Amino acid sequence: MGMTIAEKIIAAAAGVDYVKPGDIHTVTLDRMMSNDGTTHLTVDMYRNKLKHPHIADTKKMVFIVDHNVPSDCPKTAASQKKMRDFAKENNIDFWEGKGVCHQIMMENYVCPGELIFGADSHTCSYGALGAFGTGVGCTDLLYGMVTGKSWVLVPETVKFNLIGKLPEGVYARDLILTIIGTIGANGCNYQVMEFTGEGAKTLSISERMVLCNMAVEAGAKTGIFEPDEKAIEYLEAHGRKPKALFKSDPDAVYAREYTFDLSKIRPVVAKPDFVDNLVPAEEVRGVKIDEAFLGSCNNGRIEDLRVGASIIKGKKVAEKVRFLVVPASQVVYRQALKEGLIDIFMEAGAIVMNPNCSVCWGSCQGVIGENEVLISTGTRNFKGRAGHPSSKVYLGSAATVTASAIKGEIALASDL
Amino acid sequence: MAEGKIFKFHNDLDTDQIIASQYLLLPNLEEMKEHTFESLDPDFPKKVKPGDFVVGGENFGCGSSREQAPGVLKALGVQAVVAKSFARIFYRNAINIGLPVIVCKDLPDEVKTGDTMDLSMSNGTAHANGKTYSCTKLPEYMQNILNQGGLIASLNREEE
Repeated sequence: MGMTIAEKIIAAAAGVDYVKPGDIHTVTLDRMMSNDGTTHLTVDMYRNKLKHPHIADTKKMVFIVDHNVPSDCPKTAASQKKMRDFAKENNIDFWEGKGVCHQIMMENYVCPGELIFGADSHTCSYGALGAFGTGVGCTDLLYGMVTGKSWVLVPETVKFNLIGKLPEGVYARDLILTIIGTIGANGCNYQVMEFTGEGAKTLSISERMVLCNMAVEAGAKTGIFEPDEKAIEYLEAHGRKPKALFKSDPDAVYAREYTFDLSKIRPVVAKPDFVDNLVPAEEVRGVKIDEAFLGSCNNGRIEDLRVGASIIKGKKVAEKVRFLVVPASQVVYRQALKEGLIDIFMEAGAIVMNPNCSVCWGSCQGVIGENEVLISTGTRNFKGRAGHPSSKVYLGSAATVTASAIKGEIALASDL
Repeated sequence: MAEGKIFKFHNDLDTDQIIASQYLLLPNLEEMKEHTFESLDPDFPKKVKPGDFVVGGENFGCGSSREQAPGVLKALGVQAVVAKSFARIFYRNAINIGLPVIVCKDLPDEVKTGDTMDLSMSNGTAHANGKTYSCTKLPEYMQNILNQGGLIASLNREEE
């Protein structure tokens, strides 16, 4: 019986020839990432709950301060100091203010064929390079840090055949929102979303990351693409080599298959308070907004900033609207500076922020107030996600968000 | 196990509702637990008593991987979370910290907040309003972690 990419990665990590869905295996982890959302608790448990505290392999650990950066209050500062000190004491790779954790991981660590645990639900992004990344809690992370291992229940794989090519003015962001809107917020619970087909090959690594990143919003354990020449090119440009280049076997078993024709995808918006509460963007046209956000691990890369800048060039952000532009990493930020994009955003009246999770996680920058409305390229629109419990979040593409910032209400780029 | 009061929640209950982002970097769960379910029922931490139950629908605990979500429920003394289905990260985190998570298809639709229930993990049954419900038993591997009080207790035992 054949295996899928995800099954092959787990088999390799478990040191066995064959795995099937439903099996539980002990696996050796290739890497573990932890950010400031939970690391202070991991450090507390390490210091206070373990009988024999030690780290299996410090070289596999990466700590990234990206959620509340720079710190918003003394308690945050204390939690981050705990994390910073622990990383230094234990010689763990430590990043602060350099970017959103998943962007840092993609730029510096992730290799095809690896099994990576991250204490963040969007760790599923790494499938863009053919790695198996999945989100865990801080106890799992701690267990992995101490033993170098963990347990996995082998998930079923669901195949997404992508055909055709995205039309002009329609983005990977519209595609993944459409997929989640179609299958539902638990449409792939405990499964792997494998994106394949000729349409998948047309997507850049950045676009693949947009898809894999939101796999968790359909309940998936991860999202994954077969690593092809684009993945190799990305790796080479970043000075890395693959661990293994796995492909799904022709006789691999899938739980279900879906086909999406990219040429038929149109601009869409997810309405509050669920990611699968999807409508064509036209249907919410005219909804007044208070804030617009272009950024996040989903949609804050150079490709997304280029889309936003091309739309807002020579125009202005609407009166009374805050337009937050947050590059996903300093690499992205500096590239945007070189290309003159930051000038364009600033001239239009946008607020350009340091790389971080920003209002996508609703705890630090740009938090919105009572009854306020945000349109966002972030990952989620749950009730109160961006601030006050009565506030509302709409999700759209970089183009839709930028057009909305200009109009002061939800708008399509084609409306301008 | 002892009888406890039910607090009932909706389908697709996400972890942001259990504990909002703005409280996650507080120093410890004792401080965080005062904000449990703040967006839905700000008095929940005052009303819930040790041994009470949280009951949800489908896809309970979806969204963020924040372990603080099952963490604050355990810190408040919630005996178990019973739902029709769970999102995978919440489910795994709950087992890892020793908070029982029970899949029960029928009970959630037939109970409301304020009803009482009890649970027999070994029999895989729950009782509420004079009716017995069958629940899905955990795979042995996960039940073992739970029985030992969570993954850290299990790790400490492994390393002895």
